[in-house]
This record gives sequence, structure tokens and C-alpha cells, in this order.
Amino acid sequence: MSDFLLLYRLPADSPDMPDSPQRMQERLERWRAWFGELEAKGHLRALGHPLEMGGAVVKDGGGTVHDGPYAESKDILIGYSVVQTRDLAEARAVASRCPVLTYGGMVEVRPIRQM
Amino acid sequence: MNATAPDEHFFRRESGRLVATLTRVLGVQHLALVEDAVQETLASAVEVWAFRGLPDNPSAWLMTAARNRAISSLRRERTARRFAPEIGRLEDGEVPGPESYGRLPAALADDELRMMFSCSHPDIAEDAQVALVLSLLCGFSAQEVAGAFLVSRAAMEKRLTRAKKVLSGSARLFELGAGDFDARLAAVLRALYLLFSEGYHGACPDAVVRLDLCREAMRLVALLVDHTPAATPATHALAALMCLHAARLPARVDEAGALTDLARQDRSRWDARLIARGLELLEASARGEVVSEYHLEAAIAATHALAPSAEQTPWQDIVGLYDALLRIRPSPVVALNRAVALAEAEGPQRGLEALREIEGVERLAEYPFYPAALATLELRLGDTTAAARHFRAALRSARNDGERRFLEERLRECGGATPGRGSRRQAPASPARRRGPC
Repeated sequence: MSDFLLLYRLPADSPDMPDSPQRMQERLERWRAWFGELEAKGHLRALGHPLEMGGAVVKDGGGTVHDGPYAESKDILIGYSVVQTRDLAEARAVASRCPVLTYGGMVEVRPIRQM
Repeated sequence: MNATAPDEHFFRRESGRLVATLTRVLGVQHLALVEDAVQETLASAVEVWAFRGLPDNPSAWLMTAARNRAISSLRRERTARRFAPEIGRLEDGEVPGPESYGRLPAALADDELRMMFSCSHPDIAEDAQVALVLSLLCGFSAQEVAGAFLVSRAAMEKRLTRAKKVLSGSARLFELGAGDFDARLAAVLRALYLLFSEGYHGACPDAVVRLDLCREAMRLVALLVDHTPAATPATHALAALMCLHAARLPARVDEAGALTDLARQDRSRWDARLIARGLELLEASARGEVVSEYHLEAAIAATHALAPSAEQTPWQDIVGLYDALLRIRPSPVVALNRAVALAEAEGPQRGLEALREIEGVERLAEYPFYPAALATLELRLGDTTAAARHFRAALRSARNDGERRFLEERLRECGGATPGRGSRRQAPASPARRRGPC
């Protein structure tokens, strides 16, 4: 079994949330169903966190500071989780059911280095 | 993760409550700010609840979060203008916090009622009032309201903006029990009636949307029934008519989404619980002196609900109720329904005559059920050619697939019948006999 970090990303120019409460609730239900499924199948190592917009990017030894997380990125990281699967193929299969894919986002699947 | 999931329209309903309560506290002039705060609150709830599960009291969580967002928006704007009193009111606990939330259902309902009365402002056109109710109290997006009325999103946004401008002209939400309460109540009832009718008879092709409209109208009318000053006989009658019509919904549309008319509906599929509730409300509505249009419509619906079949319906009573309704609300659509009932009571020839004599019949030009009624009665008289001609005219003005399929089916029935032999006319429950209210 291996651990994988799932990074949920949305394109910076995509409208982040529908303006309809009904659509919002449907999105919530899809995420709840997704985490429920991960948990039921024993994949869920860490729920992770949703991330707020904003923040800062610090680099060049602290000399350069950008506002926001997406100074040079086309995608915004909106949250992350850690899952456990047999291998990368299974992690990919799991990620392919992530709700972020239903509204224009993507999931980056990264193996966590073994200690 | 918390297992108790709120029902499928939780966000919509909460959106209406949050907007109503925060607008009451902050004043109607801050409506736009309130709407934004509510929108952002719901969006953040999606992200937080997806990862953390639902809080113990999701409604209270939302109210607190929306209040905090409204405070920070006001603080941001404060550099330009002074909102100190408003912030004070928000902080002084005029918004129920988590500890008091559960004990305050009545206060929250009050806020929704006051918003409802505010939407029925005399300077706002009736259709815009309905749109406003959907937008502010039912949490429909502009796109969804536009979809329900089959107008473009841009047109609906314009209509809503104009209406909200009128609304925010008043400093506070409508005071329940104010001097013009009765007039406002009449307008509120009318708006809810229109909302329900839009769902029941409207043109929107999406059955789910239409069911939502009916459900919202019933939820809001129930608030009125529970609130003493608003719970007049007319309010009870309106609630009764909604229950009695809604009871037929399960039998009204077949599996393919096509309409099924009253005569051929499987009455065992009518919702007995809603019928009982409707009859109870109708009885409660009888305690006053005034007979409103809602009383008459509810009485007609009740007569249908209690009849074991289309044949065993006391049609003469129904004609009488329509006559009374026409005196209160003269309308070609009411006259059309009366003519259909008359055909049942006194024969298709009398029905046809009544249809042709309808005052203002030209206003039914775009209404598919007028030619459909003509066609149905012609068919009963054996004139399949005339019937087919009218059904084709009806098809040309059909407004959605359900209506279209219903009419195509009827048109096919004209093709098979031979004039004179009337094989199709023998069966008393023949589907093509009548076009009654569904």
C-alpha cells in the first residue's frame, strides 16, 4: 500500500462557486459522497483541508513577496487530502471520481515519499 | 463526519431565512450587501462542510457566519460612510446566535413573513413580485428564476434589479400589522397564487423546476397559515387549494413526462394526506363572511378530490362554482374551464356553445387548451375532421414537451375514429373525451 497526496486544483479564471444555493448544495453533496466513499473503502488517510483564497508567496530569500497563492500559476490549489491505495493506478482511478472534475478542476496525484 | 444530512433544499431555504433576518436587522437599504454576505457564507459552508462534516446545528452556523460576514463588509465600507448603528445592531444579538437559535423559529418565520410582505410592494408589478419572492425568499438564482418564467437571464436580472430598487426605497421591512396590512396580505396571497400556478400550469419545460415552484408556494403559504394576523379565511382557502391541486401531482404526469388529464388520472395515486389536509384547511376557511376566489377554486378542487371518478363527479355543482368564480374574477381561462365542466353536465354541444361565447376569447389565442377543448368536444360529437384541425392548432401553441406529447396523443386518437360509428366515443372514460383541469 502507498500513500498519495491529492491536490485539488481549479483554473484561476474559472468561476469558483455557482450563484445558486441549490447548485452549491449539490456540490457539497458530491464532496460529502466522495469523502464518504474514500472512507468506506479504507482509502482515507487524512481528510486534509480546504484552502482559502489569498495568502502570500514568499521567495528569493524573502526578498520577493506576492499577494495570493497564484502569482505565477494558472491553477489555484483549493484543498488537499491524503489517500492510501495499492499503487498509482488505483490512486488515479480514485481521483477520477473527485467532484472537482465536475466543475472544471483537476486533481494532482503525488506519491508520498517512503521514509 | 456528521451523518444527519439536511434535506435537498436546505441551502435554498436557509438562503431565504438569512436574507430576511439580516435585512430586517440592517435595513432594506443594505439588501445588496446582505445578499452578497449570504452568498459568500453558503459558498464557504460548501468548502468547510465538505472537509469537516456538518456542524451540529447547520442553520445556526450559517446565521452566525453570515452575520460575521455582514459585519466585516460594513466595516470595510465604513471608511467611506458611517454604518456604526448597523454594526451595533448586528453585534447586539439582534441576530440569533447558536445558543438561542433553536428557540426562535417564530422570530425567524416573522422575518420571512415581513420580507414576503415587503416584496408585495404596490409599486412592484405582480410578475416582478413573484420573481422577487423566488429570488429573496426561495434562494433561486437569477438564472433559475429566468428559467422558471422562460425569459432570458439578462431580462430577469433587469426585472429583479428594478424591483429591488423599489424595495430598498423603504428603510425597513414591512411591519406586520401595519395600517395597510390587509391590502398587502391580498397582494401576498396573489403572488403566492401566481407562484403556485406557474409551477402547476406554467410553460417551463422542466418538471423539477415546476415542482419546486409549487413546493415553495406551499411552504410560504404555510407560514401565513401559522401566523395569526395573516391567517385569514382567504389564506386558509389558498392553502387548501394548493394542497388539493398538489395532491393530484403524482398522477398528473406519466412516466414519460406527458400530461395526463383529470379524467384518465389514476385516482389511487392522488396524495390522500394532502387531500385530507386540503379539506381541513377548506373547512377552516369557512369561518368568515367573505367568499374569495380562492374559496371557490378550492371548492372546485375539493369536489374533484372527493369524486370517485370523472363520471361520478357532480358536474352541475362545479359549473355553479365556476359561475360564482367568474363573477369575482372574470377571465377567459375561468370561462374555458366552466365550458368544459358544462359539457360534462349538459353535453358536448352545450360545451361547444359556451366555448364559442367566451368573452375575450381572443386572449386565449396563444393558450393551447382552448383549441384542445374545442377539439375534444368535436371529437365527442363525432366530427373527427374538426377535432383534428383544432388539435393541430393547439399543437402549434404547445409550450413544452409535456403539452406537446399530450396533444399529439389526442391527435392520433382522432385519426382512428370513423365519423358516425364512434367506436372511441362509447367508452365513458375514453381519454379523448374531455380536457378538464389536470
